[in-house]
Amino acid sequence: MRAVTVVGASLAGLSAARALRRQGYDGRLAIVGDEHHRPYDRPPLSKEFLAGEISEAALALEAEGEELRADWLLGATAVGLDRRDRSVRLADGRTVRSDGVVIATGAAARTLPGAAGLAGVHVLRTLDDARALRQDLLLGGRLVVIGGGFIGAEVAATAHGLGLDVTVVEAAPTPLAGPLGGTMAAAVAALHADHGVRLLCGVGVAALSGGRRVDAVVLDDGRQLPADTVVVGVGVRPRVEWLAGSGVALRDGVECDAKGGTSIPGVVAVGDCAAWYDPTAGAHRRVEHWTAARERPATAVAALLSGGLATPEPPRPPYFWSDQYGVRIQFAGHAGGADSVTVEEGDPADRSFVAVYRCGGRPVAVLGMDRTRPFTRWRRQLADSAATPAAGAP
Amino acid sequence: MIPVCRLADLPRGEAFRLETVPPVAVFHTDEGELFAIDDTCTHQDASLSDGWLEGCEVECPLHASKFDLRTGAVDAPPARLPVRTHQVLVEDGMVYVLLCDTPPPLPPCAAARVVGAAE
Ligand SMILES: Cc1cc2nc3c(=O)[nH]c(=O)nc-3n(C[C@H](O)[C@H](O)[C@H](O)COP(=O)(O)OP(=O)(O)OC[C@H]3O[C@@H](n4cnc5c(N)ncnc54)[C@H](O)[C@@H]3O)c2cc1C
Ligand code: FES
Repeated sequence: MRAVTVVGASLAGLSAARALRRQGYDGRLAIVGDEHHRPYDRPPLSKEFLAGEISEAALALEAEGEELRADWLLGATAVGLDRRDRSVRLADGRTVRSDGVVIATGAAARTLPGAAGLAGVHVLRTLDDARALRQDLLLGGRLVVIGGGFIGAEVAATAHGLGLDVTVVEAAPTPLAGPLGGTMAAAVAALHADHGVRLLCGVGVAALSGGRRVDAVVLDDGRQLPADTVVVGVGVRPRVEWLAGSGVALRDGVECDAKGGTSIPGVVAVGDCAAWYDPTAGAHRRVEHWTAARERPATAVAALLSGGLATPEPPRPPYFWSDQYGVRIQFAGHAGGADSVTVEEGDPADRSFVAVYRCGGRPVAVLGMDRTRPFTRWRRQLADSAATPAAGAP
Repeated sequence: MIPVCRLADLPRGEAFRLETVPPVAVFHTDEGELFAIDDTCTHQDASLSDGWLEGCEVECPLHASKFDLRTGAVDAPPARLPVRTHQVLVEDGMVYVLLCDTPPPLPPCAAARVVGAAE
């Protein structure tokens, strides 16, 4: 392989470029990214950066003096991929031809219909989004967060810390019930009430009202929530629109095998845009978390460089963290298949505990609040048991 | 020289957090070697003795930066600064550390708290 193009210059793309060099790839390397920024870290955008505790420089994902011998094509948007010669077409008319392509175009924040053009309404995915939101939060006043997922909850917590009056609106009966299961999701959502942040559940948003600038959020039941600033945190969609018609199989994201390989030889996909086959679940799963975007590219690159022959170690169970109101939340595994959850240590009422999710007695996921040490032990145990399929299972 | 614990109480694969200021993490690797490094991650306030020990590296329990136990070097951001390494000695079944005397590179938040606490 003499030329590789990485499309997407964020965590997954950078991790793929690093893995290529670390695994001895010596050829040409192009990294295409549509943002103008060098790779930066997104998690602080809803936390320390939004709070004003750290600077933009602290977001850099590259190490001092790191040299990947790559051509960085920043501010360049990929608009197509030609499967015959694996050339990537850019919006400015250029094409980049290569033997291998790494798709790492991540995800974009979903928006609400009717929100476009209304000042004071924000999504949060990019550094530019975070700068704009911070400007508005510094004006103070009332913030309404639409969506009680992780990003919404973190923004609510940070804005509360900045002194704003915060309301979170969630359409489901409990936020985060999908990733955490109902019982434990309620324990996490209780953090809002602990800090005097209103959480309205089971109610949808009908409209945003305002002239040039938003002034209220109108709910399905007719209630009006006055708002100076609104954050829409209703999830993300994988950025795979540029692959339409390329022959790369798409589902919710790029459909990949268990090593990141796509339906086209010489093309792999990593990070938030990729739905890898998960053998333990017997299904494709798109993982939208930082650690997967950092770890899995090494596996995909090994597959790419070996023409799919390498048998890399299976990925560790998905892991993510979230920081809300000074509480550290950590989760690993999949709660979906669990038939029981038990608190192993601490007490949810104290907002400090470890809970283990089991399926037929076998641990499948673990949740921790401010209990890093036992959490890590359980996380490791999950990884070990995933690597050695059920010894003694019926 | 600061006493840590009995070697028998620190099995392979385990870590001990020594409550000095700043705290120190002492690791007993699966291969049977002992290492001591600063316990606080240089990114944020995480305790590396809570981390994921593999070979001669410990992965921060929060955001996955890896520190080399032999040198203190970090592999990649989010942590950017190395941790200090300290000398470990075993005498009569007792583990001791000899703290190195260069100033520690603390993460900004932990440093602020140390300053705050001193006031
Ligand atoms: C505010 C916020 C907080 C978060 N907090 C946490 C957290 O606490 N814990 C956690 O585990 N995860 C968190 N995440 C998720 C984590 O940041 C993502 O999982 C991670 O960024 C995924 O990396 P990626 O490289 O796959 O995708 P992205 O970071 O989305 O990067 C994709 C890049 O590709 C570019 N791109 C897209 N399409 C094209 C194209 N056609 N041509 C060229 N370039 C293109 C994009 O502009 C972008 O720069 C958070 C995310 C956000 C936004
Ligand atoms: S706290 Fe250690 S890497 Fe973030």
